[in-house]
Amino acid sequence: MSELILAYEASGEEMTLNMGPQHPSTHGVIRFIIRTDGEVMHEAIPDVGFLHRAIEHIAEKCTYEGFMPYTDRVDYVCAMPANHVWAMAVEKLADLEVPERAEYLRVISDELNRISSHCIALGATAMDIGAITPFTYILREREYVNELLEMLCGARLTYNYHRIGGVGWDMPAGWRDKVLRWCDHFEPVMAEFDRLITNNELFVRRLANLAVISADEAMSYGLVGPNLRASGVDFDVRRDVPYSIYPKLKFDVPVGRGLVGSVGDAWDRYWVRAQEWRQSVTMIRQCLAQIDGTDKEFWKQPKKLKPKGDAMVRVEAARGDMSCYVVGDGGTNAYRARFRTGSFDAMGIIREKSRGLMVADLVALIASLDVVAPEIDR
Amino acid sequence: MDAAAIFDTVVRAHGDAAYELTLDGTKDPFFRVRAASWREVALFLRDDPALDFQFLQNLTAVDWIKQERLEVVYHFWSYRLRHGCVVKIDLPRDKAEVASVATIWKAANWHEREQFDLLGVAFLDHPDLRRILMPDDWPGHPMRKDYVEASAYRGMPTTRANTLELLPIWDKDKKP
Repeated sequence: MSELILAYEASGEEMTLNMGPQHPSTHGVIRFIIRTDGEVMHEAIPDVGFLHRAIEHIAEKCTYEGFMPYTDRVDYVCAMPANHVWAMAVEKLADLEVPERAEYLRVISDELNRISSHCIALGATAMDIGAITPFTYILREREYVNELLEMLCGARLTYNYHRIGGVGWDMPAGWRDKVLRWCDHFEPVMAEFDRLITNNELFVRRLANLAVISADEAMSYGLVGPNLRASGVDFDVRRDVPYSIYPKLKFDVPVGRGLVGSVGDAWDRYWVRAQEWRQSVTMIRQCLAQIDGTDKEFWKQPKKLKPKGDAMVRVEAARGDMSCYVVGDGGTNAYRARFRTGSFDAMGIIREKSRGLMVADLVALIASLDVVAPEIDR
Repeated sequence: MDAAAIFDTVVRAHGDAAYELTLDGTKDPFFRVRAASWREVALFLRDDPALDFQFLQNLTAVDWIKQERLEVVYHFWSYRLRHGCVVKIDLPRDKAEVASVATIWKAANWHEREQFDLLGVAFLDHPDLRRILMPDDWPGHPMRKDYVEASAYRGMPTTRANTLELLPIWDKDKKP
Protein backbone atom coordinates (compact mmCIF):
# COMPACT_ATOMS: atom_id res chain seq x y z
CA MET A 1 0.00 0.00 0.00
CA SER A 2 2.78 2.46 0.84
CA GLU A 3 4.14 2.26 -2.70
CA LEU A 4 0.73 3.28 -4.02
CA ILE A 5 0.71 6.46 -1.96
CA LEU A 6 4.26 7.35 -2.98
CA ALA A 7 3.59 6.68 -6.66
CA TYR A 8 0.76 9.19 -6.72
CA GLU A 9 2.34 11.91 -4.63
CA ALA A 10 4.10 13.70 -7.46
CA SER A 11 1.30 14.51 -9.88
CA GLY A 12 0.18 18.14 -10.03
CA GLU A 13 -3.11 19.24 -8.51
CA GLU A 14 -3.91 15.79 -7.29
CA MET A 15 -4.18 15.10 -3.62
CA THR A 16 -3.96 11.81 -1.80
CA LEU A 17 -6.49 11.44 0.95
CA ASN A 18 -6.76 8.70 3.49
CA MET A 19 -10.24 7.61 4.43
CA GLY A 20 -10.33 5.12 7.23
CA PRO A 21 -9.45 2.63 8.65
CA GLN A 22 -11.44 4.25 11.45
CA HIS A 23 -14.12 6.17 9.63
CA PRO A 24 -17.76 6.20 10.70
CA SER A 25 -19.16 5.59 7.24
CA THR A 26 -17.05 2.64 6.19
CA HIS A 27 -19.05 0.20 8.35
CA GLY A 28 -16.12 -1.45 9.97
CA VAL A 29 -12.44 -1.18 9.55
CA ILE A 30 -11.80 -0.48 5.88
CA ARG A 31 -9.37 2.02 4.43
CA PHE A 32 -9.57 3.87 1.17
CA ILE A 33 -6.71 5.71 -0.44
CA ILE A 34 -8.41 8.40 -2.45
CA ARG A 35 -6.76 10.32 -5.25
CA THR A 36 -8.77 13.44 -5.55
CA ASP A 37 -8.73 16.74 -7.38
CA GLY A 38 -10.82 18.99 -5.20
CA GLU A 39 -14.10 17.24 -4.57
CA VAL A 40 -13.89 14.94 -7.58
CA MET A 41 -12.23 11.61 -7.10
CA HIS A 42 -9.89 10.15 -9.67
CA GLU A 43 -9.80 6.84 -7.89
CA ALA A 44 -10.54 5.27 -4.55
CA ILE A 45 -8.29 2.32 -3.85
CA PRO A 46 -9.65 0.01 -1.15
CA ASP A 47 -7.21 -1.43 1.35
CA VAL A 48 -8.77 -4.33 3.21
CA GLY A 49 -7.58 -6.93 5.67
CA PHE A 50 -7.77 -5.03 8.95
CA LEU A 51 -10.35 -7.49 10.26
CA HIS A 52 -8.69 -10.63 8.96
CA ARG A 53 -9.14 -13.30 11.62
CA ALA A 54 -8.00 -16.29 9.57
CA ILE A 55 -11.39 -17.97 9.90
CA GLU A 56 -10.57 -20.37 7.06
CA HIS A 57 -7.40 -21.33 8.88
CA ILE A 58 -9.28 -21.87 12.15
CA ALA A 59 -11.56 -24.29 10.25
CA GLU A 60 -8.53 -26.51 9.70
CA LYS A 61 -7.75 -26.47 13.41
CA CYS A 62 -11.07 -27.46 14.97
CA THR A 63 -13.56 -30.22 14.36
CA TYR A 64 -16.45 -29.85 11.95
CA GLU A 65 -18.92 -29.35 14.81
CA GLY A 66 -16.53 -27.15 16.76
CA PHE A 67 -16.17 -24.70 13.91
CA MET A 68 -19.83 -23.72 13.97
CA PRO A 69 -19.50 -20.75 16.39
CA TYR A 70 -16.72 -19.31 14.25
CA THR A 71 -18.95 -19.17 11.19
CA ASP A 72 -21.04 -16.55 13.01
CA ARG A 73 -18.05 -14.25 12.81
CA VAL A 74 -17.83 -14.49 9.03
CA ASP A 75 -20.64 -11.97 8.86
CA TYR A 76 -21.86 -10.82 12.24
CA VAL A 77 -24.64 -8.67 10.82
CA CYS A 78 -26.24 -11.69 9.18
CA ALA A 79 -24.83 -14.74 10.94
CA MET A 80 -27.58 -17.32 10.41
CA PRO A 81 -26.88 -17.98 6.71
CA ALA A 82 -23.21 -18.45 7.55
CA ASN A 83 -24.26 -21.09 10.07
CA HIS A 84 -26.50 -22.56 7.43
CA VAL A 85 -23.86 -22.72 4.70
CA TRP A 86 -21.37 -24.48 6.95
CA ALA A 87 -23.94 -26.99 8.14
CA MET A 88 -25.07 -27.63 4.58
CA ALA A 89 -21.52 -28.02 3.28
CA VAL A 90 -20.61 -30.62 5.89
CA GLU A 91 -23.95 -32.39 5.42
CA LYS A 92 -23.35 -32.62 1.70
CA LEU A 93 -19.81 -33.85 2.25
CA ALA A 94 -20.83 -36.51 4.75
CA ASP A 95 -24.22 -37.44 3.19
CA LEU A 96 -26.22 -36.50 6.26
CA GLU A 97 -29.95 -36.01 6.41
CA VAL A 98 -31.68 -33.13 8.12
CA PRO A 99 -35.11 -33.46 9.75
CA GLU A 100 -37.81 -31.44 8.05
CA ARG A 101 -38.58 -29.41 11.15
CA ALA A 102 -34.96 -28.31 11.29
CA GLU A 103 -35.14 -27.14 7.69
CA TYR A 104 -38.13 -24.98 8.55
CA LEU A 105 -36.44 -23.55 11.62
CA ARG A 106 -33.33 -22.83 9.56
CA VAL A 107 -35.31 -20.96 6.94
CA ILE A 108 -37.30 -18.98 9.52
CA SER A 109 -34.13 -17.97 11.33
CA ASP A 110 -32.39 -17.12 8.03
CA GLU A 111 -35.23 -14.90 6.91
CA LEU A 112 -35.59 -13.16 10.27
CA ASN A 113 -31.89 -12.48 10.17
CA ARG A 114 -32.12 -11.23 6.59
CA ILE A 115 -34.73 -8.69 7.70
CA SER A 116 -32.58 -7.46 10.55
CA SER A 117 -29.55 -7.25 8.28
CA HIS A 118 -31.47 -5.25 5.68
CA CYS A 119 -32.63 -2.96 8.50
CA ILE A 120 -28.99 -2.10 9.10
CA ALA A 121 -28.26 -1.81 5.38
CA LEU A 122 -31.17 0.49 4.57
CA GLY A 123 -30.94 2.55 7.72
CA ALA A 124 -27.21 2.99 7.31
CA THR A 125 -27.58 4.01 3.67
CA ALA A 126 -29.89 6.79 4.78
CA MET A 127 -27.64 7.75 7.67
CA ASP A 128 -24.49 7.86 5.55
CA ILE A 129 -25.94 10.44 3.25
CA GLY A 130 -27.17 12.54 6.12
CA ALA A 131 -30.60 11.30 7.23
CA ILE A 132 -30.15 10.21 10.82
CA THR A 133 -33.80 9.62 11.79
CA PRO A 134 -34.54 6.55 9.60
CA PHE A 135 -31.55 4.75 11.07
CA THR A 136 -32.66 5.04 14.68
CA TYR A 137 -36.22 4.40 13.59
CA ILE A 138 -35.45 1.15 11.78
CA LEU A 139 -33.00 -0.02 14.41
CA ARG A 140 -35.94 -0.12 16.80
CA GLU A 141 -37.50 -2.73 14.50
CA ARG A 142 -34.25 -4.63 14.41
CA GLU A 143 -34.37 -4.84 18.19
CA TYR A 144 -37.60 -6.82 17.89
CA VAL A 145 -35.91 -9.30 15.55
CA ASN A 146 -32.97 -9.58 17.90
CA GLU A 147 -35.39 -10.29 20.76
CA LEU A 148 -37.12 -12.98 18.72
CA LEU A 149 -33.84 -14.63 17.80
CA GLU A 150 -32.70 -14.38 21.40
CA MET A 151 -35.82 -16.29 22.45
CA LEU A 152 -35.01 -18.89 19.83
CA CYS A 153 -31.31 -19.45 20.48
CA GLY A 154 -30.17 -17.28 23.35
CA ALA A 155 -27.98 -14.93 21.38
CA ARG A 156 -28.64 -11.63 19.68
CA LEU A 157 -25.88 -11.41 17.09
CA THR A 158 -23.68 -14.49 16.91
CA TYR A 159 -26.24 -17.23 17.14
CA ASN A 160 -24.48 -20.59 16.84
CA TYR A 161 -27.95 -22.00 16.27
CA HIS A 162 -27.64 -24.36 13.32
CA ARG A 163 -26.02 -27.72 13.91
CA ILE A 164 -24.60 -30.26 11.54
CA GLY A 165 -27.65 -32.43 11.00
CA GLY A 166 -30.26 -29.98 12.29
CA VAL A 167 -30.62 -27.05 14.65
CA GLY A 168 -29.69 -26.63 18.27
CA TRP A 169 -33.13 -26.06 19.79
CA ASP A 170 -36.76 -26.27 18.89
CA MET A 171 -39.00 -23.20 18.98
CA PRO A 172 -39.86 -22.18 22.55
CA ALA A 173 -43.52 -22.28 23.56
CA GLY A 174 -45.45 -19.29 22.29
CA TRP A 175 -42.66 -18.17 19.98
CA ARG A 176 -44.67 -18.84 16.87
CA ASP A 177 -47.41 -16.42 17.89
CA LYS A 178 -44.88 -13.78 18.85
CA VAL A 179 -43.28 -13.95 15.40
CA LEU A 180 -46.67 -13.71 13.73
CA ARG A 181 -47.61 -10.73 15.88
CA TRP A 182 -44.33 -9.08 14.98
CA CYS A 183 -45.00 -9.71 11.25
CA ASP A 184 -48.34 -7.94 11.63
CA HIS A 185 -46.55 -5.07 13.30
CA PHE A 186 -43.72 -4.89 10.75
CA GLU A 187 -45.81 -4.75 7.58
CA PRO A 188 -47.13 -1.21 8.18
CA VAL A 189 -43.64 -0.17 9.29
CA MET A 190 -42.28 -1.07 5.85
CA ALA A 191 -44.89 1.11 4.19
CA GLU A 192 -44.12 3.91 6.60
CA PHE A 193 -40.42 3.57 5.95
CA ASP A 194 -41.08 3.90 2.23
CA ARG A 195 -43.01 7.10 2.84
CA LEU A 196 -40.31 8.39 5.13
CA ILE A 197 -37.23 7.72 3.05
CA THR A 198 -37.46 5.44 0.00
CA ASN A 199 -39.57 7.87 -2.01
CA ASN A 200 -38.25 10.97 -0.31
CA GLU A 201 -37.27 13.40 -3.04
CA LEU A 202 -33.95 14.42 -1.49
CA PHE A 203 -33.00 10.81 -1.00
CA VAL A 204 -33.99 9.82 -4.53
CA ARG A 205 -32.09 12.70 -6.09
CA ARG A 206 -29.03 11.79 -4.10
CA LEU A 207 -28.97 8.12 -5.12
CA ALA A 208 -30.61 7.95 -8.55
CA ASN A 209 -28.12 7.45 -11.41
CA LEU A 210 -25.26 7.19 -8.94
CA ALA A 211 -22.59 4.55 -9.68
CA VAL A 212 -24.62 2.65 -12.27
CA ILE A 213 -23.45 -0.96 -12.60
CA SER A 214 -24.48 -2.73 -15.80
CA ALA A 215 -25.54 -6.37 -15.78
CA ASP A 216 -22.37 -7.49 -17.58
CA GLU A 217 -20.17 -5.61 -15.14
CA ALA A 218 -22.05 -7.02 -12.19
CA MET A 219 -21.57 -10.58 -13.45
CA SER A 220 -17.93 -10.12 -14.34
CA TYR A 221 -17.08 -8.52 -11.02
CA GLY A 222 -18.89 -11.33 -9.27
CA LEU A 223 -21.51 -9.19 -7.55
CA VAL A 224 -24.18 -11.34 -5.95
CA GLY A 225 -27.50 -11.08 -4.21
CA PRO A 226 -29.31 -7.73 -4.08
CA ASN A 227 -26.41 -5.94 -5.79
CA LEU A 228 -26.67 -8.29 -8.77
CA ARG A 229 -30.44 -8.21 -8.94
CA ALA A 230 -30.40 -4.41 -8.83
CA SER A 231 -28.45 -4.54 -12.09
CA GLY A 232 -31.28 -6.45 -13.71
CA VAL A 233 -30.03 -10.02 -13.46
CA ASP A 234 -32.92 -12.17 -12.36
CA PHE A 235 -31.15 -14.70 -10.19
CA ASP A 236 -31.74 -15.82 -6.66
CA VAL A 237 -30.04 -18.87 -5.18
CA ARG A 238 -33.18 -19.65 -3.18
CA ARG A 239 -35.22 -20.03 -6.35
CA ASP A 240 -32.67 -21.09 -8.99
CA VAL A 241 -30.39 -23.44 -7.04
CA PRO A 242 -33.00 -24.53 -4.52
CA TYR A 243 -31.95 -25.78 -1.11
CA SER A 244 -33.66 -26.54 2.17
CA ILE A 245 -37.45 -26.04 1.92
CA TYR A 246 -37.43 -23.01 -0.36
CA PRO A 247 -39.06 -24.99 -3.22
CA LYS A 248 -42.15 -25.31 -0.99
CA LEU A 249 -42.47 -21.56 -0.50
CA LYS A 250 -44.01 -19.04 -2.84
CA PHE A 251 -42.07 -15.82 -3.21
CA ASP A 252 -41.09 -13.25 -5.82
CA VAL A 253 -37.58 -12.19 -6.65
CA PRO A 254 -37.41 -8.40 -6.88
CA VAL A 255 -35.19 -7.19 -9.71
CA GLY A 256 -33.96 -3.64 -10.27
CA ARG A 257 -36.08 -1.78 -12.77
CA GLY A 258 -34.60 1.70 -12.71
CA LEU A 259 -37.78 3.25 -11.34
CA VAL A 260 -36.20 6.64 -10.68
CA GLY A 261 -33.02 6.47 -12.74
CA SER A 262 -31.05 3.82 -14.61
CA VAL A 263 -31.16 0.11 -13.89
CA GLY A 264 -28.32 -0.72 -11.52
CA ASP A 265 -27.92 2.62 -9.80
CA ALA A 266 -27.50 3.07 -6.07
CA TRP A 267 -31.23 3.66 -5.54
CA ASP A 268 -32.06 0.35 -7.24
CA ARG A 269 -29.73 -1.47 -4.89
CA TYR A 270 -31.53 0.18 -2.01
CA TRP A 271 -34.97 -0.56 -3.46
CA VAL A 272 -34.27 -4.25 -4.07
CA ARG A 273 -33.43 -4.68 -0.38
CA ALA A 274 -36.57 -2.86 0.66
CA GLN A 275 -38.60 -5.26 -1.50
CA GLU A 276 -36.78 -8.28 -0.08
CA TRP A 277 -38.11 -7.36 3.34
CA ARG A 278 -41.63 -8.00 2.11
CA GLN A 279 -40.68 -11.33 0.55
CA SER A 280 -38.97 -12.43 3.75
CA VAL A 281 -42.05 -11.63 5.80
CA THR A 282 -44.28 -13.71 3.49
CA MET A 283 -41.77 -16.55 3.66
CA ILE A 284 -41.78 -16.49 7.45
CA ARG A 285 -45.58 -16.58 7.47
CA GLN A 286 -45.64 -19.56 5.10
CA CYS A 287 -43.03 -21.44 7.12
CA LEU A 288 -44.89 -20.88 10.37
CA ALA A 289 -48.07 -22.14 8.76
CA GLN A 290 -46.37 -25.29 7.44
CA ILE A 291 -44.12 -26.16 10.38
CA ASP A 292 -47.00 -27.57 12.46
CA GLY A 293 -47.30 -30.61 10.21
CA THR A 294 -43.72 -31.76 10.78
CA ASP A 295 -42.31 -34.30 13.20
CA LYS A 296 -40.93 -33.16 16.51
CA GLU A 297 -37.39 -34.20 15.69
CA PHE A 298 -35.11 -31.23 14.97
CA TRP A 299 -31.58 -32.61 15.15
CA LYS A 300 -30.13 -35.85 13.81
CA GLN A 301 -26.76 -35.73 15.48
CA PRO A 302 -24.13 -37.47 13.35
CA LYS A 303 -22.33 -40.28 15.18
CA LYS A 304 -19.04 -40.27 13.37
CA LEU A 305 -18.00 -37.34 11.25
CA LYS A 306 -14.92 -38.14 9.19
CA PRO A 307 -15.89 -37.33 5.61
CA LYS A 308 -13.59 -37.51 2.63
CA GLY A 309 -13.79 -35.58 -0.61
CA ASP A 310 -14.89 -32.06 -1.42
CA ALA A 311 -18.20 -30.26 -1.70
CA MET A 312 -19.44 -26.79 -2.49
CA VAL A 313 -22.80 -25.38 -1.47
CA ARG A 314 -24.42 -22.01 -1.99
CA VAL A 315 -26.99 -20.20 0.09
CA GLU A 316 -28.56 -16.80 -0.32
CA ALA A 317 -27.31 -14.69 2.57
CA ALA A 318 -28.32 -11.06 3.08
CA ARG A 319 -25.35 -10.02 0.97
CA GLY A 320 -26.04 -12.61 -1.68
CA ASP A 321 -24.64 -15.91 -2.73
CA MET A 322 -22.53 -17.12 0.18
CA SER A 323 -20.84 -20.34 -0.68
CA CYS A 324 -18.68 -22.69 1.26
CA TYR A 325 -16.19 -25.04 -0.31
CA VAL A 326 -15.04 -27.68 2.12
CA VAL A 327 -12.44 -30.39 1.60
CA GLY A 328 -12.20 -33.36 3.93
CA ASP A 329 -9.34 -35.85 4.05
CA GLY A 330 -10.94 -38.43 6.34
CA GLY A 331 -10.01 -36.70 9.58
CA THR A 332 -12.15 -35.01 12.21
CA ASN A 333 -11.14 -31.56 10.94
CA ALA A 334 -11.71 -29.99 7.57
CA TYR A 335 -8.64 -30.12 5.35
CA ARG A 336 -9.56 -26.83 3.72
CA ALA A 337 -12.59 -24.61 4.01
CA ARG A 338 -13.30 -21.57 1.96
CA PHE A 339 -16.05 -19.01 2.37
CA ARG A 340 -16.98 -16.99 -0.64
CA THR A 341 -18.79 -13.90 0.50
CA GLY A 342 -20.65 -11.14 -1.28
CA SER A 343 -18.90 -8.20 0.32
CA PHE A 344 -15.47 -9.34 -0.86
CA ASP A 345 -16.48 -9.01 -4.50
CA ALA A 346 -18.59 -5.90 -3.92
CA MET A 347 -15.46 -4.29 -2.53
CA GLY A 348 -13.56 -5.20 -5.69
CA ILE A 349 -15.80 -3.07 -7.87
CA ILE A 350 -15.44 0.13 -5.83
CA ARG A 351 -12.12 1.14 -7.41
CA GLU A 352 -13.67 0.96 -10.87
CA LYS A 353 -16.90 2.70 -9.90
CA SER A 354 -15.32 5.47 -7.86
CA ARG A 355 -13.75 7.17 -10.86
CA GLY A 356 -15.30 10.59 -11.37
CA LEU A 357 -17.53 10.49 -8.30
CA MET A 358 -17.58 13.15 -5.63
CA VAL A 359 -15.93 12.23 -2.35
CA ALA A 360 -19.29 12.43 -0.57
CA ASP A 361 -20.78 10.01 -3.09
CA LEU A 362 -18.17 7.39 -2.28
CA VAL A 363 -19.90 7.02 1.06
CA ALA A 364 -23.23 6.47 -0.70
CA LEU A 365 -21.62 3.94 -3.04
CA ILE A 366 -20.16 1.92 -0.17
CA ALA A 367 -23.44 1.99 1.70
CA SER A 368 -25.49 1.02 -1.35
CA LEU A 369 -23.29 -2.04 -1.94
CA ASP A 370 -23.90 -3.01 1.70
CA VAL A 371 -20.36 -4.13 2.40
CA VAL A 372 -19.64 -5.40 5.87
CA ALA A 373 -16.00 -5.41 6.89
CA PRO A 374 -15.75 -8.83 8.60
CA GLU A 375 -17.27 -10.48 5.58
CA ILE A 376 -14.59 -9.01 3.33
CA ASP A 377 -11.68 -10.02 5.51
CA ARG A 378 -12.97 -13.17 7.18
CA MET B 1 -25.60 -28.99 -19.60
CA ASP B 2 -24.24 -31.53 -17.19
CA ALA B 3 -20.58 -31.94 -16.34
CA ALA B 4 -19.94 -34.66 -18.95
CA ALA B 5 -21.38 -32.55 -21.78
CA ILE B 6 -19.38 -29.50 -20.67
CA PHE B 7 -16.23 -31.63 -20.59
CA ASP B 8 -16.94 -32.95 -24.09
CA THR B 9 -17.40 -29.43 -25.43
CA VAL B 10 -14.07 -28.36 -23.98
CA VAL B 11 -12.30 -31.47 -25.27
CA ARG B 12 -13.69 -30.99 -28.78
CA ALA B 13 -12.23 -27.49 -28.90
CA HIS B 14 -9.02 -27.92 -26.95
CA GLY B 15 -8.07 -31.58 -27.22
CA ASP B 16 -6.20 -33.01 -24.28
CA ALA B 17 -5.91 -29.68 -22.44
CA ALA B 18 -8.80 -30.94 -20.34
CA TYR B 19 -8.53 -34.40 -18.80
CA GLU B 20 -9.67 -36.65 -15.96
CA LEU B 21 -13.39 -36.02 -15.88
CA THR B 22 -14.57 -37.33 -12.50
CA LEU B 23 -18.26 -38.11 -12.11
CA ASP B 24 -18.35 -40.89 -9.53
CA GLY B 25 -17.25 -40.71 -5.93
CA THR B 26 -17.34 -36.95 -5.83
CA LYS B 27 -20.07 -34.58 -4.67
CA ASP B 28 -19.53 -32.08 -7.48
CA PRO B 29 -18.29 -33.55 -10.80
CA PHE B 30 -15.09 -31.89 -11.94
CA PHE B 31 -12.40 -32.09 -14.58
CA ARG B 32 -8.79 -31.02 -14.69
CA VAL B 33 -7.11 -28.63 -17.08
CA ARG B 34 -3.39 -28.52 -17.83
CA ALA B 35 -1.83 -25.36 -16.42
CA ALA B 36 -0.08 -24.58 -19.72
CA SER B 37 -3.33 -24.17 -21.64
CA TRP B 38 -5.44 -22.65 -18.86
CA ARG B 39 -5.81 -19.17 -20.36
CA GLU B 40 -7.16 -20.42 -23.69
CA VAL B 41 -9.54 -22.83 -21.98
CA ALA B 42 -10.72 -20.10 -19.61
CA LEU B 43 -11.50 -17.78 -22.51
CA PHE B 44 -13.38 -20.61 -24.19
CA LEU B 45 -15.39 -21.28 -21.04
CA ARG B 46 -16.52 -17.68 -20.92
CA ASP B 47 -17.10 -17.02 -24.62
CA ASP B 48 -18.49 -20.24 -26.04
CA PRO B 49 -22.26 -19.71 -26.40
CA ALA B 50 -23.01 -23.27 -25.29
CA LEU B 51 -21.07 -22.79 -22.04
CA ASP B 52 -21.36 -19.07 -21.30
CA PHE B 53 -19.80 -19.02 -17.84
CA GLN B 54 -20.05 -15.31 -17.03
CA PHE B 55 -19.58 -15.77 -13.32
CA LEU B 56 -16.44 -16.95 -11.60
CA GLN B 57 -18.16 -18.04 -8.45
CA ASN B 58 -15.29 -19.23 -6.36
CA LEU B 59 -11.55 -19.61 -6.54
CA THR B 60 -9.76 -21.76 -4.01
CA ALA B 61 -6.32 -23.24 -3.66
CA VAL B 62 -5.76 -26.43 -1.69
CA ASP B 63 -2.34 -27.42 -0.44
CA TRP B 64 -1.86 -31.21 -0.73
CA ILE B 65 1.46 -31.32 1.04
CA LYS B 66 1.82 -35.12 1.18
CA GLN B 67 1.46 -35.39 -2.57
CA GLU B 68 3.74 -32.42 -3.18
CA ARG B 69 1.12 -30.63 -5.22
CA LEU B 70 -1.15 -27.63 -5.00
CA GLU B 71 -4.59 -27.64 -6.48
CA VAL B 72 -6.39 -24.54 -7.71
CA VAL B 73 -10.16 -25.06 -7.85
CA TYR B 74 -12.42 -22.83 -9.93
CA HIS B 75 -16.20 -22.86 -9.63
CA PHE B 76 -18.10 -21.37 -12.54
CA TRP B 77 -21.75 -20.56 -13.02
CA SER B 78 -23.75 -19.42 -16.01
CA TYR B 79 -26.68 -17.12 -15.23
CA ARG B 80 -28.17 -17.52 -18.68
CA LEU B 81 -27.97 -21.32 -18.96
CA ARG B 82 -28.27 -22.05 -15.23
CA HIS B 83 -25.46 -24.56 -15.12
CA GLY B 84 -22.15 -24.73 -13.33
CA CYS B 85 -18.84 -26.52 -13.55
CA VAL B 86 -15.78 -27.20 -11.43
CA VAL B 87 -12.29 -27.00 -12.91
CA LYS B 88 -9.20 -28.11 -11.05
CA ILE B 89 -5.63 -27.34 -11.99
CA ASP B 90 -2.74 -29.32 -10.57
CA LEU B 91 0.42 -27.42 -9.85
CA PRO B 92 3.74 -28.56 -8.42
CA ARG B 93 4.00 -27.32 -4.87
CA ASP B 94 7.47 -25.80 -5.18
CA LYS B 95 6.63 -23.94 -8.39
CA ALA B 96 2.96 -23.05 -8.09
CA GLU B 97 2.39 -20.85 -11.11
CA VAL B 98 -0.68 -20.57 -13.28
CA ALA B 99 -1.95 -18.01 -15.78
CA SER B 100 -4.14 -15.30 -14.29
CA VAL B 101 -7.73 -14.97 -15.46
CA ALA B 102 -8.18 -11.51 -13.94
CA THR B 103 -8.71 -9.98 -17.37
CA ILE B 104 -11.33 -12.60 -18.26
CA TRP B 105 -13.39 -12.38 -15.07
CA LYS B 106 -12.88 -9.15 -13.13
CA ALA B 107 -13.79 -10.96 -9.92
CA ALA B 108 -10.63 -13.06 -10.29
CA ASN B 109 -8.48 -10.03 -9.58
CA TRP B 110 -9.19 -10.02 -5.86
CA HIS B 111 -9.71 -13.77 -5.54
CA GLU B 112 -6.31 -14.45 -7.07
CA ARG B 113 -4.71 -11.89 -4.81
CA GLU B 114 -6.20 -13.66 -1.82
CA GLN B 115 -4.97 -17.09 -2.88
CA PHE B 116 -1.55 -15.62 -3.61
CA ASP B 117 -1.51 -13.99 -0.20
CA LEU B 118 -2.60 -17.02 1.81
CA LEU B 119 -1.24 -19.94 -0.22
CA GLY B 120 1.48 -18.46 -2.38
CA VAL B 121 0.07 -19.34 -5.78
CA ALA B 122 1.74 -17.08 -8.34
CA PHE B 123 -0.80 -15.95 -10.93
CA LEU B 124 1.23 -15.00 -13.99
CA ASP B 125 0.39 -11.72 -15.75
CA HIS B 126 -1.90 -10.62 -12.95
CA PRO B 127 -2.35 -6.82 -13.16
CA ASP B 128 -1.81 -6.15 -9.48
CA LEU B 129 -0.53 -9.17 -7.56
CA ARG B 130 -0.13 -7.74 -4.06
CA ARG B 131 -1.03 -9.14 -0.68
CA ILE B 132 -4.62 -8.35 0.19
CA LEU B 133 -5.47 -9.64 3.66
CA MET B 134 -2.10 -9.90 5.38
CA PRO B 135 0.22 -6.91 5.87
CA ASP B 136 2.50 -6.11 2.92
CA ASP B 137 5.65 -7.26 4.68
CA TRP B 138 4.28 -10.45 6.23
CA PRO B 139 6.72 -13.32 5.79
CA GLY B 140 5.45 -16.50 4.16
CA HIS B 141 2.02 -17.68 3.10
CA PRO B 142 0.03 -18.58 6.22
CA MET B 143 -2.33 -21.22 4.85
CA ARG B 144 0.37 -23.47 3.46
CA LYS B 145 0.40 -26.63 5.51
CA ASP B 146 4.09 -26.29 6.41
CA TYR B 147 3.84 -22.66 7.45
CA VAL B 148 5.40 -21.83 10.79
CA GLU B 149 4.48 -18.48 12.24
CA ALA B 150 7.39 -16.32 13.32
CA SER B 151 7.52 -15.64 17.05
CA ALA B 152 7.09 -11.91 16.49
CA TYR B 153 5.97 -9.52 13.78
CA ARG B 154 7.57 -6.07 13.92
CA GLY B 155 8.37 -6.59 17.56
CA MET B 156 4.83 -7.67 18.44
CA PRO B 157 4.76 -11.21 19.82
CA THR B 158 2.41 -13.51 17.92
CA THR B 159 1.75 -15.78 20.89
CA ARG B 160 1.14 -15.11 24.52
CA ALA B 161 1.25 -17.21 27.62
CA ASN B 162 -1.96 -18.88 28.69
CA THR B 163 -3.01 -16.75 31.63
CA LEU B 164 -4.59 -19.76 33.33
CA GLU B 165 -1.24 -21.50 33.40
CA LEU B 166 0.30 -18.49 35.10
CA LEU B 167 -1.85 -18.99 38.20
CA PRO B 168 0.33 -19.70 41.22
CA ILE B 169 -1.40 -23.01 42.04
CA TRP B 170 0.22 -24.66 39.00
CA ASP B 171 3.66 -23.71 40.22
CA LYS B 172 4.72 -26.42 42.67
CA ASP B 173 7.56 -24.46 44.21
CA LYS B 174 5.49 -21.37 44.90
CA LYS B 175 3.13 -21.42 47.83
CA PRO B 176 -0.26 -19.94 46.96
